[in-house]
Amino acid sequence: MVKEIERYGIPIVHMATITTISQSVGANRIVPTVAIPYPTGNPNLPLEDEYKLRYSLVERAVNALATAVDEPTQFEG
Amino acid sequence: MAKKVLFYLNQFFGGIGGEDKADFEPEFRAELVGPAEAIAKNFGDDLEAVGVIICGDNFFGQKEDEARAFIAQVIDEQQPDIFVAGPAFNAGRYGFACAGACQVANEAGVTCVSGMYEENPGLEHCQSFAWVAQTANAAAQMRKALPLMANLVKKLAAGEEVTPDDDKYFAQGRRECILVEERGSVRAVNMLLARLNDEEFTTELPMPSFDVVEPAAPILDLSKATIALATSGGIVPNGNPDRLQSASAQQWNKYDISSYDQLKGDFYTVHGGFDPVYCNETADRVLPLDALRDMEKAGKIGKVYDFFYATTGTGTAVANARKFGEEIGKELKEAGVDGVLLTST
Amino acid sequence: MRLEQNLIYIKDVVLGDVNKVEDGVLTVDVEGLKAAVMVDDKVKDVKVDIAKPGEKVRIVPVKDVIEPRFRKDGRNGFPGVTTKYEETGNGAVNILKGAAIVTIGDMVGFQEGVIDMWGEGARWTPFSETFNIVVDITPIDGLDPHQHEVVVRLAGLRASTFVGLAAENAAIDETKVFEIGTMAEETAKYPDLPKVLYVQMNIAQGLLHDTFFYGVDLKEIIPTWFHPFEELDNAVISGNCVAACDKITTYQHQNNALTYDLYDQHGKTINFIGNIFSPELTTLDGKFRNCDYCAKLCDQLGADGVIVSEEGYGNPDSDLVMICKRLEKRGIKTALVTDECSGWDGTSQPLTDTAAEAVAVVSSGNVSKVIDLEPADKVLGNLKSAQTLAGGWDGCVEEDGSLKVELNAVIGATSEIGYHYASVKLY
Repeated sequence: MVKEIERYGIPIVHMATITTISQSVGANRIVPTVAIPYPTGNPNLPLEDEYKLRYSLVERAVNALATAVDEPTQFEG
Repeated sequence: MAKKVLFYLNQFFGGIGGEDKADFEPEFRAELVGPAEAIAKNFGDDLEAVGVIICGDNFFGQKEDEARAFIAQVIDEQQPDIFVAGPAFNAGRYGFACAGACQVANEAGVTCVSGMYEENPGLEHCQSFAWVAQTANAAAQMRKALPLMANLVKKLAAGEEVTPDDDKYFAQGRRECILVEERGSVRAVNMLLARLNDEEFTTELPMPSFDVVEPAAPILDLSKATIALATSGGIVPNGNPDRLQSASAQQWNKYDISSYDQLKGDFYTVHGGFDPVYCNETADRVLPLDALRDMEKAGKIGKVYDFFYATTGTGTAVANARKFGEEIGKELKEAGVDGVLLTST
Repeated sequence: MRLEQNLIYIKDVVLGDVNKVEDGVLTVDVEGLKAAVMVDDKVKDVKVDIAKPGEKVRIVPVKDVIEPRFRKDGRNGFPGVTTKYEETGNGAVNILKGAAIVTIGDMVGFQEGVIDMWGEGARWTPFSETFNIVVDITPIDGLDPHQHEVVVRLAGLRASTFVGLAAENAAIDETKVFEIGTMAEETAKYPDLPKVLYVQMNIAQGLLHDTFFYGVDLKEIIPTWFHPFEELDNAVISGNCVAACDKITTYQHQNNALTYDLYDQHGKTINFIGNIFSPELTTLDGKFRNCDYCAKLCDQLGADGVIVSEEGYGNPDSDLVMICKRLEKRGIKTALVTDECSGWDGTSQPLTDTAAEAVAVVSSGNVSKVIDLEPADKVLGNLKSAQTLAGGWDGCVEEDGSLKVELNAVIGATSEIGYHYASVKLY
């Protein structure tokens, strides 16, 4: 899905936990996330901290959209 | 009743002439020539050659619509069961023409047989539906190519099973699930033993290769950008109104979130591939609307796109995922969306 | 270790008021069975039915399948789960071969499945050939999904142990002896045979995606070496994991096909030096750690060859190829077993991840293959539930009771421990 959307020239960030798969299939902008059942959350954290974590992941993803890349690139924290 | 076979040849193999006759307008002839004649020579009572279409390669290339219309008309008149084009070896224009002719026949429900060299550019246009025999790159090897094609014609006409290995054709890429004599564990042990003893073995699953797509240009001004959310995590409104499948999705759905600041409480997951309890408490853990909405309020991004897109990633065929991506991408493009966050579980 | 399997071949099953086997006919004490399951106060009701091979019976939604057995030497059950911890893999066990406990009841999650006892559906599941004692479990109201899953999981295990009591005094038809000494002893006996390990990947991902070893949740372990006979002797149970087609049911742990077939070669063509669990986790760090550790363990044990079986599909494909890559880089030869998601028409990409090192792969079938199943004379469970199974969809159940599902929804159809006969052929 990621690649087909990108073919329209729209930058897309793949927010995924198993980034090895994202790399293999060739997603160009990848933000590694927390775990499969909760990519952008962590039920083990207090709500406030969990939200901060989510915000930081989304912020990283949005910034990745504004960053030029030449090849599959992971945006790590 | 005998199965009817219709042939297709270019101007050269059809005996019309060489490059100077490449503009030859397509004709149907009941009398066979060249490779068509050679293939039909060994037909038994169960096969009947009804004739051959001869068409110049340049004619097909330059007036393809006319050529296709002619082929369609002959097929309609002759009602063949099998359509045999070529062999084209490594001749590019001839390969394209054979592939195009096969497409016409295939659309009419006719079984297609051809013969090409692996690098013939026509191959990829017909490999998925035609049975294309693996030939050498030059017509000097005609004697080897014809029996392969004749074999395919005979077996397919009789409804016999053909396989890429036994019948030397380019695999169509259809992976048919079957039941076999030996259970999987025995096959695995035998395969390992073969490897340990340096004996030959055949993998049942050659590793897939993935194509690459050019990275899209970055967003220049995030504060004016419309950002869309998408997910393969099966996020839908509570109650799953559109009945999204829990695995092996056949559809995608979109939902209006313009009046929501978060997904919590109103959305949940139907994804069958992970423990849903955490997501069902707070769906933003899978699709982070709350954080993106706050970014919009803070002016960091221009706007959260009014809809999010969802499907279920687990067990979903890549071909389906590709189709969903094409359809969703088209919508996003038309809506002027500048960037997408897609979450996967 | 030395394990004796005393096999009592079951040729028919009837419901009655005592547990016994006479001339291959298993009688099940129905009230006793209910009472054995209802020791758990979270079970509100239990119903018991029989489904025999060839009968036009459909069972859905199936949670787990368990083989009824009896241990004379005390630890009669599943150590660490329904009985106190005790080492398994040694001694004698009486087995009601050909009988199975099948648990059903309101759905907990999408990963439950269908068993058809006849026709097209029967071809695709190994459990159409067993005499199935179908235990329908209704839990008390108000349980959350995690609690509900525990209730049905334990109920199935208790039911199997209760029915297994019939094996206590039954006439033994055949005894199979399994024996493997310490690695040092076996290597001294077979110095020239290649050392082979079996790496069993297990889903370890939360609700309906768990596996337990002596009661320990595999999510919590790093890859562990264990004796093949421990698994064959009730040390491993299924937390009803993954899609029905490739979940390893408890029955399939008790009868792991790869373990059996590797043992068959032990001392002949290979030196079978044991099994390793490699849990498939939900975090990338966890995947890296377990795949690395697993490969290191195989190397440390001196393996020449390794068979790796996957459980599930999708993200575990990544673990599978990572383990393969790491083993091959260490010079250890691998053969992998996985199923594939090639789409309804079989033209889609089979795996979600790839590695050039994965040159020897057994495909246990396409989970997305669609099969048509004619109406049953009798449905045990709830036919409509098929629509919410992984592999079913809204409208897959017709008015007349016929059913269209992907293999996804059929118990054991594409077993990645090679328990069944599905494969894929390229055309």
